[in-house]
Amino acid sequence: MSARILVVEDDAPIRRFLRVALEAEGHAVTEADTAREGIARAAREDPDLILLDLGLPDADGLTVLRAVREWTQTPVLILSVRDADAGKIAALDAGAQDYVTKPFSTGELLARLRGLLRDRTRPVAPAVLTLDGLEIDRTDHRATLEGRDLRLTRKEFDLLWLLASHAGRLVTQDMILKAIWGPAHAEDSQYLRVYIRQLRVKLGDDAGNPRWIFTEPGVGYRLAPGT
Amino acid sequence: MPDTRPDPEALLAEARRIGRGRLKIFLGAAPGVGKTFAMLAAAARRAGAGDRVLIGVVETHGRAETEAMVRGLTVLPRRPFFHAGRILHELDVDALIAARPDLALIDELAHSNLSGSRHDKRWQDVEDVLAAGIDVYTTLNVQHVETLNDTVARITNVRVRETVPDRVLEQADEIELIDLPPDELLERLRAGKVYVQDQAARAVANFFAKGNLTALRELAMRTAADRIDAQLQEHMAAHAIAGPWPTQERILVILPEGAVGRDAVRIAKRSADRARVEWLAVALTSLNGPGDPAPDALRLAERLGADVTLLQAEGDPTAEILAFAQRRNVRRIVLPRPTPRPWGRLVPNAQDRLLRGLLRHAVQFELTLVTDQEATRQRRRPPRPAMAPSVRGAAIVCGAVLATTLVARLIEPLFPVVSLPLLYMTTVVAIGSRMGRWPAVLAAGFSFLVYNFLFTSPYYTFRIWNRGQLLTLVLFLAASILTGNLAARLRERVIAQRAIADRTGKLYDFSRKAAAAASFDEVVWAAVTHVAAVLGCRTILLVPEGDRLAIAGAFPPEDRLGPRELSAARWCFDHGEPAGHGSGTLPAADWLFLPLTAAERRIGALGIAFDDGRSARASDRRLLDALTDQVALALERIRLSDDLAQTRVTSEAERLRSALLSSVSHDLRTPLVSILGAAEGLEEPSLTEDTRTALLSIVREEGERLDRYIQNLLDMTRLGHGALKPNAVPSDLRELAGMARHRLRRSLKDRPIDVGVPADMAPVQVDPVLMEQVLVNLLDNAAKYAGPGVAIRIGARVSGARATLWVEDDGPGLPPGSAQQVFDMFWRAGQGDGRGTGAGLGLAICRGIVEAHGGTIRACATHPDGHGARIEMTLPLTNPETAA
Repeated sequence: MSARILVVEDDAPIRRFLRVALEAEGHAVTEADTAREGIARAAREDPDLILLDLGLPDADGLTVLRAVREWTQTPVLILSVRDADAGKIAALDAGAQDYVTKPFSTGELLARLRGLLRDRTRPVAPAVLTLDGLEIDRTDHRATLEGRDLRLTRKEFDLLWLLASHAGRLVTQDMILKAIWGPAHAEDSQYLRVYIRQLRVKLGDDAGNPRWIFTEPGVGYRLAPGT
Repeated sequence: MPDTRPDPEALLAEARRIGRGRLKIFLGAAPGVGKTFAMLAAAARRAGAGDRVLIGVVETHGRAETEAMVRGLTVLPRRPFFHAGRILHELDVDALIAARPDLALIDELAHSNLSGSRHDKRWQDVEDVLAAGIDVYTTLNVQHVETLNDTVARITNVRVRETVPDRVLEQADEIELIDLPPDELLERLRAGKVYVQDQAARAVANFFAKGNLTALRELAMRTAADRIDAQLQEHMAAHAIAGPWPTQERILVILPEGAVGRDAVRIAKRSADRARVEWLAVALTSLNGPGDPAPDALRLAERLGADVTLLQAEGDPTAEILAFAQRRNVRRIVLPRPTPRPWGRLVPNAQDRLLRGLLRHAVQFELTLVTDQEATRQRRRPPRPAMAPSVRGAAIVCGAVLATTLVARLIEPLFPVVSLPLLYMTTVVAIGSRMGRWPAVLAAGFSFLVYNFLFTSPYYTFRIWNRGQLLTLVLFLAASILTGNLAARLRERVIAQRAIADRTGKLYDFSRKAAAAASFDEVVWAAVTHVAAVLGCRTILLVPEGDRLAIAGAFPPEDRLGPRELSAARWCFDHGEPAGHGSGTLPAADWLFLPLTAAERRIGALGIAFDDGRSARASDRRLLDALTDQVALALERIRLSDDLAQTRVTSEAERLRSALLSSVSHDLRTPLVSILGAAEGLEEPSLTEDTRTALLSIVREEGERLDRYIQNLLDMTRLGHGALKPNAVPSDLRELAGMARHRLRRSLKDRPIDVGVPADMAPVQVDPVLMEQVLVNLLDNAAKYAGPGVAIRIGARVSGARATLWVEDDGPGLPPGSAQQVFDMFWRAGQGDGRGTGAGLGLAICRGIVEAHGGTIRACATHPDGHGARIEMTLPLTNPETAA
């Protein structure tokens, strides 16, 4: 599964490290060290995925994201520093798919990339998702874990389906609320907390030592079996 | 003499009385002051002005001047009454009213009419006359005023039956006080110019006592003064009489012989001030008493404005005091509570007897007993020190032995001779216990001789024939000396113990004062006042200021010292030894200076001087030494704590800066050294796979450590600038704990972790990102310090409006006494390059974050025995900012 990846990052050592890591995975890498060049390359080369640093010398990474989103849905993975929580969330709202926090490990980055690139190779979701003993059948709204029926309600099933179809990827609260409860409920995060808790109980997942559902504090959730 | 006052109230009252005659009362304190004469004089003036004046009744009592006054006026014939076989005359009210004069004179307002008259009382007749539109002049003695009747009876012991209601006085248009100083009245009495009624005649000696007259005079004045009569005030001013004052509530303080009594004086003064009454002090003296009656208290009473009287009383002064109190119209008696003494109940002294007497007899007075603080202190004073051999002591011993001999002589016929030595021995023991060792030995020797001389045959010689008697005598001498000595020793021990107790008490007093003092100046003040009070001297305290000694405080206040004194103080301070008056150095100075030294450091010098120029006694010096030590320590303590506070303020910033520098140089460099070293090692071509992996993991772990450190520094900077605004949303603490654990999964991989946060716990309003950081820091710390494999527990519960969240372990626990410090920046358990890896910022950040949420954080032990570390936070369930 090789892909063309654009790295927009002003720091040369990080670019070098990313090139080494990505090319070892079999990806083709192009680099840009300013926002302007990043936008230009994204337009010219139409990459399969963009790794975008939020702090660029000539403009905000967000500017690049918004420009790119005007013509393409190419997945964007944000590289953020932990202090820039606000910028990270803004980027997710503006259409970025996921983020990693610097400093990140290669393994973590590659796992995220795989999650994003899967969508590219499998644009239409199948009727049945299978994840590490969890089987979710969309046709009859049934989910089983190790063959045991989870007996999910409609909303619980929708939530699990949403998370599972983005397995390994961040799903923001905003996204979940809009998709399941409708745009009018975008702020009602307490619904979401309650449903996540119920889903955890049914999955036999412990919030204090999670195996299935991982919370990204203040941002959203990630279904990551076997992490 | 103006009849009316320009007083609107009076004018109103007059309007009400239109058609009614005006009443003027000539008020006197006692018979004989000249009321009738004054009334007649006033009436004569009215007659001279053209008014028709008619005398209804006037008692001239045969006095020539009075009769001369009557002669110029018309007299209404009196109405005859047949009473008990005699013809008596009474005022003819009907005739008086029918005559319609402008002014009628009716003497003796309090007079009781004979039965068969129009009214029982003359004042009722007067009312009728007034109602008929006729002015009335009348006379009245103050003891006849109804409400004053009791008071007068108490003062004079004479109760009058004829009384006039106060209402009559109140309705009088004018009251004129006829005042005659008691001395003049007594003069007139002696000259036979005062007519005394029969009933009063029996008690005339009592009634016309000067004290009575004075009290009555005051009573009369007060009664008149109550009318706020301008005319009266003029009169009083002219006669320089102070007033008005209520005469019924005087306070008397009694100062018995030998009492301290100053507190009693103060209490009396205070009560008098509060009640706005006059107060008196009586000092008791007796001819053979200890002399001055409480001189300090007396002086104090005088200074505070008491009317002081010396009362010389032989025997029981109770009666004298009560008589005085009655005369002076006292309501309350204040006296010092007799100092409790051993055997005081059985053998009362003069004070005890006085109190008992007052309790029994002073039934119509309020008694106030005041416990004297000074007396209580004085009681603790040790008994007189052992008597040095003196003529006086020897005389007392001889006297006692001779007295014993007299007793022995008297009982000799009744008891066997052999019991007599016991009598002497008792005397010896008594002398030993009262006077000490040498008097006891002397008494024993003297007793031996006397006994030998008088009671052993041959009598009246010092020879002894009988062997048995010789033995008795020798044994008697030995036993007397022995028991006398024992008694003396016992006494010495008691003296020593009391002296110690007294000294300890004084020192304790000071340390209590010094401990309460919060500043240097307060300690100085406590020191000088205390030393001055304890030794009865002037006290001054000097401390170095620059290179000279300056006065820090003095009692009584003093702001300069002479050159001799200053150089003595200087020498004392420089050499750390006493100097000045009574010492070996610079003895010409007026003051004695003692060095104040604490912990090898000279703090200053304490100077004392006695008003009479004497030197400090040896016992004073011992106490003084202990006191200077205490003063020095107290001053040192306050100075140290001042210094400490000062240093703390100025060095906080400095300390942080240097801590940051050392932290940066150490914590930033150490991981870099490892990373660079490992990187170099990786360049080596001949590397085994294992070594390579090991080196790589070093690079990764050290890199992570560096990242954490930098993150902490950044967080801390943000917290320090107050830039951290928690974005609080309802958060699930169990989730946050789970994520923190997940983030640290690599360093926590082999460690049992128990997340005990209830799954159904209510969400807490926190910033999830920051709170996760807190939990990460706490878990990281616990993992670092608890020791490998030791379990870590995260727990939470809700109590009221707050949630409590904790992270605890079973490791060795916090270093003792560090529960507060652990939250300080750059604080680390252990020093140097030992276990304490990390910047010492983790907990400081936690505290910053928790406090930004309106919560609190503290560190304690997990288990009661002190082992295990536990960090506990309380957080508001709803964040005030988001709730609002």
